[in-house]
Amino acid sequence: MNGRKSFGGGGGRGRPAAGATKEGGQRRPMFRRRKVCKFCADKIDDINYKDVKLLMPFVPERAKILPRRISGTCAMHQRKLRTALMRARQLALIPYTSD
Amino acid sequence: MARRYELIYIVSPDATDDQVSDLHNQVEAIMQRMGGALEKTENWGRRRLAYEIGRHKEGTYVLEVINGTGELMKEIDRRLKVTDLVIRHLAVRVDEEQQVVERSRTRRTETSRRRRVARGLPPDRQPGEGQRGESEEERDDRFEGLPEMER
Repeated sequence: MNGRKSFGGGGGRGRPAAGATKEGGQRRPMFRRRKVCKFCADKIDDINYKDVKLLMPFVPERAKILPRRISGTCAMHQRKLRTALMRARQLALIPYTSD
Repeated sequence: MARRYELIYIVSPDATDDQVSDLHNQVEAIMQRMGGALEKTENWGRRRLAYEIGRHKEGTYVLEVINGTGELMKEIDRRLKVTDLVIRHLAVRVDEEQQVVERSRTRRTETSRRRRVARGLPPDRQPGEGQRGESEEERDDRFEGLPEMER
């Protein structure tokens, strides 16, 4: 396929035209794993600012807070995570920035 | 109306153990004077700071859990601010948060118990029951720190 549009009956797949148009309409052939909120899945109620081991996965190299679209954390837990991270930053448990 | 607070302060690494315990006694004295109660105290010892605070790279962390009023915390906050030995401190009110956590935890166990009884099982999980064992902890592939392309 190589990103090339498939026309009517030209392809070597031998499928009817209806099937071919349906295939052309697929935007994301890549499989993407569904993200699950870590705190919901592991049933962690308390996101504590003292628990550095819990917070560290959400602090990438540049020490910014990992966005929800990447980590998959739900809105409620992202809010709690943010307060925890910011408290931990004040206490120098987690850096504000690093390079 | 007593509230519960967590107070963490970072003492300068130059301070001796005596000075650290002296500081703790000072905090306790304020607490006794203003009608507060110490619930727990924990010395985390010397830790590396994530960033420098006024040329210091290390510090001694002390955690105190205090039952008291807002007035008391205000006084402690003021005292720690003027103490040069303390390079950073943070006081957080925790009682309300802890109540919420407690409530959601009990609600969860209750629903799971009720459902298990409805299915004709004993309310608590028996040892060796269920498909998720210790391996579940290790197989944490739902969350990746960063997307593939940034690696």
